[in-house]
Amino acid sequence: MITREKQRQPYRATPARRALGFVRNTWRGLTSMRTALILLFLLALAAMPGALLPQRNLNAPKTAEYIAEYGWWGRLLDRLQFFDVYSSVWFSAIYLLLMVSLVGCLLPRSLDYVRSMRARPVLTPRNLARMPHYRRAELPGGADDVLATAKSRLRGWRTSERTEAEGTRTISAERGYLRETGNLVFHFGMLGLIVAFALGKMFSYEGQVIVHADGSQFCNSGIFAYDSFNPGLRVDGTGLNPFCVKVDSFEAEYTDVGQPVSYEADLGYQSGEDLESGTWRPYHLEVNEPLRTAGDRVYLLGHGFAPTFTVTFPDGSVRTQSVQWRPVDQQTLLSEGATKFDPPGVTDTAQRRERQLAITGLFAPTAALQGKVLTSVDPRLTNPAVAVDVLRGDLNSDRSQSIFEVDRSMVDSGRLERVARENLDVGETITLDDGTTVRFDGVRNWVSLQVSHDPTQGWVLGFAVAMLLGLAASLLIKRRRLWIRVAPAAESDGERHTVVEVGGLARTDQAGYGEEFTRIAGDLLSRDRKAR
Amino acid sequence: MPVNETLSQYSDWSYTTAVAVYVLAMVFFLVEQSFGRKGRQAAARTRERARELVGAGAPADTGTAPPPVEHTGQRPRRDRSERLGRMGVALTVLGVLLHAAALLLRGLATSRVPWGNMYEYIMIVCLITVVTWLVVARKFPVRHLSAFVLLPVVILMFVGGTMLYAVAAPVQPALQSYWLVIHVSAAAASSGVFLVPGVASLLYLVRERHDRDPAAFARFGPRLPAADVLDRIAYRTTVFAFPVFTFGVLCGAVWAEAAWGRFWGWDPKETVAFVAWVVYAAYLHSRATAGWRGRRAAIINIVGFSVTVFNLFFVNLVTTGLHSYAGVS
Repeated sequence: MITREKQRQPYRATPARRALGFVRNTWRGLTSMRTALILLFLLALAAMPGALLPQRNLNAPKTAEYIAEYGWWGRLLDRLQFFDVYSSVWFSAIYLLLMVSLVGCLLPRSLDYVRSMRARPVLTPRNLARMPHYRRAELPGGADDVLATAKSRLRGWRTSERTEAEGTRTISAERGYLRETGNLVFHFGMLGLIVAFALGKMFSYEGQVIVHADGSQFCNSGIFAYDSFNPGLRVDGTGLNPFCVKVDSFEAEYTDVGQPVSYEADLGYQSGEDLESGTWRPYHLEVNEPLRTAGDRVYLLGHGFAPTFTVTFPDGSVRTQSVQWRPVDQQTLLSEGATKFDPPGVTDTAQRRERQLAITGLFAPTAALQGKVLTSVDPRLTNPAVAVDVLRGDLNSDRSQSIFEVDRSMVDSGRLERVARENLDVGETITLDDGTTVRFDGVRNWVSLQVSHDPTQGWVLGFAVAMLLGLAASLLIKRRRLWIRVAPAAESDGERHTVVEVGGLARTDQAGYGEEFTRIAGDLLSRDRKAR
Repeated sequence: MPVNETLSQYSDWSYTTAVAVYVLAMVFFLVEQSFGRKGRQAAARTRERARELVGAGAPADTGTAPPPVEHTGQRPRRDRSERLGRMGVALTVLGVLLHAAALLLRGLATSRVPWGNMYEYIMIVCLITVVTWLVVARKFPVRHLSAFVLLPVVILMFVGGTMLYAVAAPVQPALQSYWLVIHVSAAAASSGVFLVPGVASLLYLVRERHDRDPAAFARFGPRLPAADVLDRIAYRTTVFAFPVFTFGVLCGAVWAEAAWGRFWGWDPKETVAFVAWVVYAAYLHSRATAGWRGRRAAIINIVGFSVTVFNLFFVNLVTTGLHSYAGVS
């Protein structure tokens, strides 16, 4: 009927049809296995630069350095988003296409799956001897006996008994349906994982903060509380999960040669009702053991030292500060930093700008002097010392600046002058020309904490586990078929005999079905079936 | 935790001896493969047996008794190369024992799992490769090819033992987690197994080239097993290793969540692991795609293994990332 209709109305390529054809062909092309393969390669290829080039989200300073070093080449790579590979247009395009291809492949496959789960095992082939696996034997007993035994042997198989036109009887059996189940679970799991991952990128955030290990507190109340903060696309820094952390102490343990053995910090934390009642719950924070509270996680990322300086001004007033200095060598924890002082009692801005002090330089937990140059030989706090420049003048503190450095432009323009350079052990003092004294009092520990928030990571884990289980099932389970055909043999000595043929076919490539088939066929065709 | 220097010394000796034994075994296998009159027959035998076995577990007697096909034809005359091959297997087993002892002693010396730096990691990867190969050689008649697997193993172990050697020491705090046991052993197991399909695919390409044009590899080609046997070895080992690798990456993500604050952050090691995963996924898909089976699939598998090697050496030694645990200074 369809053909007749077609004859009456010859096919005309109207624009609509052409467009439809184009869409259909595009869809078919996109969802074909060949395209999926090519997209997989492109994905692998596109991910590679992320391992070879510095990435902005991982190491922004190194990225800037790289771009500066390579000139136009660096700038070109930057324009092409090679320093933000995983958020680049081309990487996103590839994985979106791959997802479309995946969906296009999964939909028909799911329908096939439902259909095949309902279907009976296929008809027994006419000529079983042509199957890759085949055995034949003549057994005593009737067809009913043989088929009954076969049925009980094929427990766990999906079977279907049929009587053929010639009166021969057959059983078709199939097994390993879990393979396709696993395959679909794997691919749907991957789809779910990608979606959950993308959602996570929207609503997650990470913030780093340095807290002194002397009972100082940090509260997750807003971006301002952090030293650095990386929000997801949909995070504006409001409505963070409220909780507070108080760092009581920090302990680092090393081997004799200065290799770290453990970092541990004792915390108090409060969240939920504890915030109102003011209860601090204790937690022993270690590397690999983050604090999980209020849906967020708190990590111990690193630690360092905050040297304490006391400045006695000519008018007798005393100021003491411990400001964190940052380690420049992770092995020996040699640190650098700048501790800044405002002159007390000076209200006039112009005057204050001439008398601000900064103590900058190096701190060594275990000092060793090479001539006058201070180095550290060990990360342990056994012989702390500083090598400092004392600067006086305008720190330009109205402008936001790093707490580890002074504004170099002030030094270069001469508005911030070096007034002393000295190596100090604990308790030693520098006296400046105007009578101000600077004393190195000692040192405190600080820890750097990271707060991470990712509402979808549980989902990602769930999908990943589903993927793994599906993958294992789809790779390790074999889909295989087995057929049995029984026909009465010519009666010879009054006893009934039956000819039994068994054929087998593995539906998946390289399935390694031979051994199992041999075993089953052996059982089915053995003469003393009762003895089993 | 103090390090037991005596045990560590024994471990080093055991390691060196294992490498020497592997080299000797390799020589034996090479003789069997190259000069043995049986080399060619072995390949022919392979072709006949290929259908029978269809990748299944071999009959239990494969290792000791001659293959069944030989019963019909001439009685197996244990010629010199055949004997050398058997001695090669015996030596390889001895090497594995020494190798395992080196690993065990290293673990006892440091009181932790012995895969905390690159030297130890390569040690366990190679051990797994050799064990995998012994299993494969039991199931498939490919004993005479053992040298091609032992060669990369010996090279890796030599590089590991000389350039990447690290004194036995405890691991840094970030590695002190039970995930070190799970994640790294899964990664090592999969990498170790992946070497076998890599080699099998390489040999497949040689054999396939020879099949298309008998003039190519005219002497070497016929001594290799049939292409489909090599293909099957590559597939079966990959199919085993791929879920293990996936499991390793998954565990890595769980560990990263506890150690670094995020489960996935495109650290160079993570990125290259992702690339390797995608390449092996492509390999599995290619075998179900018309026009991609055979040669192209083999090439993809080799690419996959290259990425794994790249991940081991380049990412550990050249790039700076969170996985910088090589212990090489």
